Amino acid sequence: MDKDLKISRKKKINQAIAFSLFTFLSYFIVAILFVILAFLIYKGIGVLSWGFISEMPTDGMTSGGIYPAIIGTLILVFGSMLFAFPVGVMAAIYMNEYVKDGWIKRFIKLMTNNLAGVPSIVFGLFGMALFVNKLEFGDSILAGSLTLGLLALPVVIRTTEEALKAVDDTFRQASLGLGASKWQTTSKVVLPIAFPNIITGLILSIGRVSGETAPILFTVAAYFLPKLPSGIFDQVMALPYHLYVISTSGTNIEKSREMAYGTALILIIIVLISNLAASRLRKYFGKKVKMN
Amino acid sequence: MHKIESKNVNFYYGTNQALKDISLSIEKNTVTALIGPSGCGKSTYLRLFNRMNDLIDNTKLEGQILIDGVDIYAKSTNVDTLRKNVGMVFQKPNPFPKTIFENVAYGLRVNGVTDKKFIEERVINSIQQVALWDEVKDKLKKSAFELSGGQQQRLCIARALAIQPSVILMDEPTSALDPISTAKIEELVYELKDKYTIVIVTHNMQQAGRISDTTGFFYMGELIEFDQTKNIFTNPKEERTQNYITGRFG
Ligand SMILES: Nc1ncnc2c1ncn2[C@@H]1O[C@H](COP(=O)(O)OP(=O)(O)OP(=O)(O)O)[C@@H](O)[C@H]1O
Ligand SMILES: [Mg+2]
Repeated sequence: MDKDLKISRKKKINQAIAFSLFTFLSYFIVAILFVILAFLIYKGIGVLSWGFISEMPTDGMTSGGIYPAIIGTLILVFGSMLFAFPVGVMAAIYMNEYVKDGWIKRFIKLMTNNLAGVPSIVFGLFGMALFVNKLEFGDSILAGSLTLGLLALPVVIRTTEEALKAVDDTFRQASLGLGASKWQTTSKVVLPIAFPNIITGLILSIGRVSGETAPILFTVAAYFLPKLPSGIFDQVMALPYHLYVISTSGTNIEKSREMAYGTALILIIIVLISNLAASRLRKYFGKKVKMN
Repeated sequence: MHKIESKNVNFYYGTNQALKDISLSIEKNTVTALIGPSGCGKSTYLRLFNRMNDLIDNTKLEGQILIDGVDIYAKSTNVDTLRKNVGMVFQKPNPFPKTIFENVAYGLRVNGVTDKKFIEERVINSIQQVALWDEVKDKLKKSAFELSGGQQQRLCIARALAIQPSVILMDEPTSALDPISTAKIEELVYELKDKYTIVIVTHNMQQAGRISDTTGFFYMGELIEFDQTKNIFTNPKEERTQNYITGRFG
């Protein structure tokens, strides 16, 4: 009896310790995020104004706004998704629904995982060599979007695969059992069920892509270009690169400091909005999916 | 001629033999129950009849399975045609992410039927057959997920009936349902027997006793005994059958 009591007390203490440790760690992570945000807001809020997000930069980028960089980033994100989403989703469908288990599948998996680990600067170099030079797109939205798209591809593939895997096999069996073809089964049953999760993956990769500097460095980003592009072969400014420029090699770094924080703040806001949109869309489609 | 005939069937997952030399025959318009402890191969065996095991990599089948005298694994057999003839109902109700109407229409649509009137008639007829019509007639355009588990399962049966199979396979169709829904499905199975040949896997001895004409007892991949249900339950020839039925193992 005595011994049992002791053990159960020890258990309780252990549990309490573990529990408070985990609680502490999770609040710690939240705290870090808040500190970063607070720091950026504190440093950058001063420059935020309607003009800051709607005007061209002036005075050697020490004043004025960052409008072209915002638009540039949005265009690049959109362009990269236009490429990465269909290609990534199709690749994942092929991998998960069509290829049999075996060394080919393992090999493709290994390669996509390796692709995810390639440093983004290497994507930049590759994009320059292939899209800018070899295919002669020049420094352009097209080249930049494709390079960013390549970077996002592994994320899109992996999240789509996870989403497809989460669909219970009996849905496939039920559909095939009614005489449906594999493609009918995939497109009419499996994809609609997996769709909310696929969308989440897509938007998470948007978050990743919008902050990348290295891949656009050699493929699209303009140092200073106070006008909007008129076609996909134009260059654009982009937020991360603009941030880099005015913090390291602008005409007057000290004077641009505050603008740099403002730019960072806008970038973070875009990422946060897209993450928020991800969870919203996921819920929305989660409901809607059951309806068609 | 027997409706279904299984001749010396062996089945392997990789090197693991899941079914050992199974031979039996099933008559038209009967209900056959497959019973046995977990992992003995009931589901595996059931999935052979609509070639669902084809979807699993690294499997091997030996022996023959005939439906209406035709070897369903012969090269000349069309898998789609076979699957249209052999409907399947699963353990967990799994309606598609569509409306109630579209769930039942699905099998017709994927098989190229476009005649609106025909589809509508067939859908209504199938829903009536599973005694669900009164419950859903006002919400055919609503999501199938809004139905209760028992209703969903009956919808899944209607979905299978819509393409007019002659055989229906059911793998523990009531194990996720409450007693009332279970009773409804059992009643339904009993009625459907007039038109269809039904093979049902169940862990519920009373259920097997209530609704089946013939029962097969599986144990570790072997068919230990296959006989009229009343013989199996009152007078089994094998001791292992006796032990299982009386709940001494499994
Ligand atoms: N997809 C699979 N891959 C490999 N082995 C499998 C697979 N499905 C089943 N098996 C194996 O085949 C044997 C029979 O499994 P099966 O699912 O047919 O049993 P069961 O009688 O339906 O069991 P339960 O009553 O638990 O549903 C088990 O040993 C199982 O581990
Ligand atoms: Mg089973």
